Amino acid sequence: MSQLIKLTPPLSDEDIEHLKIGDRVLITGKILTGRDSAHKRLFDLVQDGKPLPIEIKGQIIYYVGPAPAKPGKVIGSAGPTTSYRMDPYTPLLLKEGLKAMIGKGQRSPEVREAMKQYKAVYFAATGGAGALIARCIKSAKIIAYEDLGPEAIRELIVEDFPVIVANDIYGGDLYDEGIRKFQQV
Amino acid sequence: MRKVEYKKIVDEVARLCMEANYFLGEDVIDGLKNSLKNEDSATARDIINQILKNAEIARSEKVPLCQDCGFTVVFLEMGTDVYVDGNIIDAINDGVRKGYTEGYLRKSILKDPIRGGNTNDNTPAIVHSQLVSGDKIKITVAPKGGGSENMSAVKMGKPADGIEGVKDFVVNQVIRARANPCPPIIVGVGIGGTFEYVTYLAKKALLRNIGERNPEPFYADVERELLERINKTGIGPMGLGGRTTALDVFVETHPRHIASFPAAVNINCHSARHKSIII
Repeated sequence: MSQLIKLTPPLSDEDIEHLKIGDRVLITGKILTGRDSAHKRLFDLVQDGKPLPIEIKGQIIYYVGPAPAKPGKVIGSAGPTTSYRMDPYTPLLLKEGLKAMIGKGQRSPEVREAMKQYKAVYFAATGGAGALIARCIKSAKIIAYEDLGPEAIRELIVEDFPVIVANDIYGGDLYDEGIRKFQQV
Repeated sequence: MRKVEYKKIVDEVARLCMEANYFLGEDVIDGLKNSLKNEDSATARDIINQILKNAEIARSEKVPLCQDCGFTVVFLEMGTDVYVDGNIIDAINDGVRKGYTEGYLRKSILKDPIRGGNTNDNTPAIVHSQLVSGDKIKITVAPKGGGSENMSAVKMGKPADGIEGVKDFVVNQVIRARANPCPPIIVGVGIGGTFEYVTYLAKKALLRNIGERNPEPFYADVERELLERINKTGIGPMGLGGRTTALDVFVETHPRHIASFPAAVNINCHSARHKSIII
């Protein structure tokens, strides 16, 4: 039976151990954003043994490139982008202590293996629900790579951001399980 | 010869860019509501309800449905008895620039495909233009998100593949795409023509409203069968399992060369955005 869990980063190994695929999670607190170009830069820095501009240990990275904020709003629409494009960079970031990712779509076998190895989870958010998710975001500031525009790394403060555990550390995959249940061919 | 002001085109394109991004079509909303009748998985229902709620928020706050405000694809039908006092393609691009800036829409276009650099105004638009008779100009703005565009495909098949080959190609492409194009999806299928034209047909198919069948009964049946097969894959809303993988399938065709058998699949996410005006 799936549970409803409230989580606030930074996340510990123990937080991660409690999460099972299908669990509905509400995230409150600080999370980071990053997508294609930011991932490439972080990956290159780790490979070169250089320090990162942000702390990723225990953190959650949300794969998003928000729309610009209208006057009086903290952010524009901000739904998840497709995660597989971050797969080549992800195992190395998990090794560096990243604990969770929020995105949409299935991850590669390498990323799933790395989540088991380094105790991390993958959360699915609803793609295309950008206006709805923006309401959970209480503040947003760019903390690295401002030159990347929508792809810059932001620190968001979120309140009850709704996600579902799609991969846990026990090898479960909600995408495979969900489809198996409903496949008729 | 009828004249249309350059500024009229700019203003209308800007408005269409904003409206397409803020207001989800009633046909899509109805399609999503109907899908709730078939879904009993809590996750699938939760996701569809989130998508419906999202459309309400976007409409009332005039914010984009999705942060990916798309590549601005424009279908232009230009009457031969009408002219614009200036270059109409420039006018369309000025409209995109204005719409994406004033509408707080995300600018997602890189100047160079390899060396990058955001153009910062979402231009240039992709404009498909066609000359038609009459003195009217029809403009359709169809912003297209990257996630679903990436899951599209073209196949230069063999004539021997026949319609069954096309059906398998379409269904397999949807299975390959799984969660990535943000299901429930809308599937545009092109059959016939040439390599570049078949992909245009698949894109054009996406301009139809949910439930609007191909006028030829043969292809209307193909659409119904494909929709049924796609919804049996179990992929479901956001790929997390369910009975609603697609809201509809649209097939557009064109005569073909005796040696060629092109087919294309263009996938749209549930944020199926297109708005038109006739000037």
